[in-house]
Amino acid sequence: MAKRVGLEVSLACSEAVKLANVDVIAAYPITPQTHIVEHLSELVADGHLDAEFVPVESEHSAMSACVGSSAAGARTFTSSSAQGLALMHEILFIAPALRLPIVMAVANRSLSGPISIWNDHSDIMAERDIGWIQTFAENGQEVMDLTLHAFKVAEDHRVTLPMIVNLDGFILTHVIEPIEMPSQEEVDAYLPPFEPQQKLDIANPISMGLVGVPEVYTEARKAMLDALEKSYPVIKEHWDGFAQQFGRQYNPIETHHVDDADTVLVTMGSLGETAMTAVDEMRAAGRKVGQVRIRLWRPFPSGDFLDAISGAKTLVVMDRALSPGADSGPVATEIKSLIYATGGGPYVADFVAGLSGRDVTREDFKQMVDKAEAAAAAGDPMTFEMWGVKE
Amino acid sequence: MSARQNRDPEPLHPHDELLRTDRIPHIWCSGCGIGIVFGALMSAIKKSDIPLDDIAVVSGIGCTGRMAGYIALDSFHTTHGRAIPFATGLKLARPQGNVIVASGDGDLLAIGGNHFIHAARRNIDLTVVCVNNFNYGMTGGQLAPSTPFGAKTTTTPQGSPDEPFNFCSLAAACGAVYVARWTALHIRRVTTAIGEAMNKKGFSFVEILAPCPTAFGRRNKMRRALDLLNFYYDRSVVKHGVHPDEASLDFNQRLVVGKFVDRERPTYLDSYHMVHQREIGDWPTIEHYSTMLAKEKTEA
Repeated sequence: MAKRVGLEVSLACSEAVKLANVDVIAAYPITPQTHIVEHLSELVADGHLDAEFVPVESEHSAMSACVGSSAAGARTFTSSSAQGLALMHEILFIAPALRLPIVMAVANRSLSGPISIWNDHSDIMAERDIGWIQTFAENGQEVMDLTLHAFKVAEDHRVTLPMIVNLDGFILTHVIEPIEMPSQEEVDAYLPPFEPQQKLDIANPISMGLVGVPEVYTEARKAMLDALEKSYPVIKEHWDGFAQQFGRQYNPIETHHVDDADTVLVTMGSLGETAMTAVDEMRAAGRKVGQVRIRLWRPFPSGDFLDAISGAKTLVVMDRALSPGADSGPVATEIKSLIYATGGGPYVADFVAGLSGRDVTREDFKQMVDKAEAAAAAGDPMTFEMWGVKE
Repeated sequence: MSARQNRDPEPLHPHDELLRTDRIPHIWCSGCGIGIVFGALMSAIKKSDIPLDDIAVVSGIGCTGRMAGYIALDSFHTTHGRAIPFATGLKLARPQGNVIVASGDGDLLAIGGNHFIHAARRNIDLTVVCVNNFNYGMTGGQLAPSTPFGAKTTTTPQGSPDEPFNFCSLAAACGAVYVARWTALHIRRVTTAIGEAMNKKGFSFVEILAPCPTAFGRRNKMRRALDLLNFYYDRSVVKHGVHPDEASLDFNQRLVVGKFVDRERPTYLDSYHMVHQREIGDWPTIEHYSTMLAKEKTEA
């Protein structure tokens, strides 16, 4: 078994990037991402990682530099949060369109305003439709593992798309956890050197990023969409391969006590572990409660999700971002549209909770379940509630 | 009776009327230079005799960016880098107001660098006070566009390979009408410079070299605030009126300070009104240059 070390989760992310032997890192400091890139700059400066670290002047430049380096055929990594991710917005669409397998760690944080540095998912939900593959980690080990997996999937020639690993700001980034560190040999056996499918090469010149006139734009977008949809089996395949190599199995949808559950909690990110404890306690009290954790957010694992909730009467979705003007948060909206297509399905109660790092406890999850079951029994409209708003 | 009760009541700070005292204590580290600059800014505001209702303070993100939250005037804490464009909007909507932008080097000249050069080019009537601590202090000391070549930061642990901006030279080249640089030791000079900048019509820029012992100094042989202040004291040399290109900041040589630029140029609003009132005449003059020369000759 590989060595377990006490490591801040941000540093585990950096160590995974080091083990992946990236060529270029371009980043701009923003809380709570800073430790990830600071540690990487140390690894580069100390000669442990043979890469170029570019401390650019803004996130817009960071993502632009990543697009440039990836287009030149370099294994490329960056990391950001909240306002920084939002500033990248324009360029985020370019990377999948050009099929550039950049890997980014997003230390999830609230978007302003009011100005907040604390954790929720409002930053990444604003980037839902950029066309990147997106996974969510629940703990430090998963951050390390999902980062390695991200390079493997992104660079697979059947995929060739950029990939985001989401980790909750502070709750994960600034916490020291026991992390099993794989050896360089193990990682090398899992992740071969990057072989770009196409790159800017003076010996074989190509042009990238050109105008797509109305006659071809739709087809270009369709091609990108097809690539994203076809990435799904590859994502699973490389999680299976990861399990063979490292002994830890990951799935697009993780389940906990769902088989006979009447009510299923749906979570994404680190609060899933708190919810899991709440589910265990409710089970011990004789309640038929289960849990579904969404690990793969894009492309959304619709079939796996519907299978996992097939026996449920009530879903309790925890959203960590608002979708102002919509009838629920982004995760619940996704789920409701899926369930609609089945022509039946469970009652969906949505709670927008844990905004800007506000604590969501086991007790909160139990109360959400109580409230959802009561609303389902009463046949209340399936809207959402902002959890714990002070009057 | 306890010792605390025996003490004289705490004297009011002379600037309390300009402070949101409910926001104090502030977040700045001990030894930070921002408080000195903030004090100088408040002194300059008081001395200016401009009605307080006519003054607005705008800042971006970062340690210096907190000024907007602590000052009891109309103030706005913008997103990272956007203090100048916000202030531009404010100034255009309310031209009679005096708009001060107070922010850090990273905020104003890196992520907000584009706005800085264009506001100076247009000569928007703003007073831009830049606290330069040579790094991103709030996020823990990363490389900034001011970081001296060779200086160690958390993102350049071996020393920065980047050539920094000379902010004063940049501001002057872009068209600023008032450009000065002082250190946080030059409290009276800083106060005077901010006052002059506030009274100046057009884009005025005051750079203040400030100690950041917590993030910058400790990685660069100057761990204590006094180490940095002594360094500034020892190395700074006043050269009024020197061409801003010559006003270099060389940590191995001298840190040139002084008032470098004080000139007149139509402000953006002057030019705007000129164009909209059709005062620019027939533009451009497309007659052949030789004809123009001939005309000049005849007139002479």
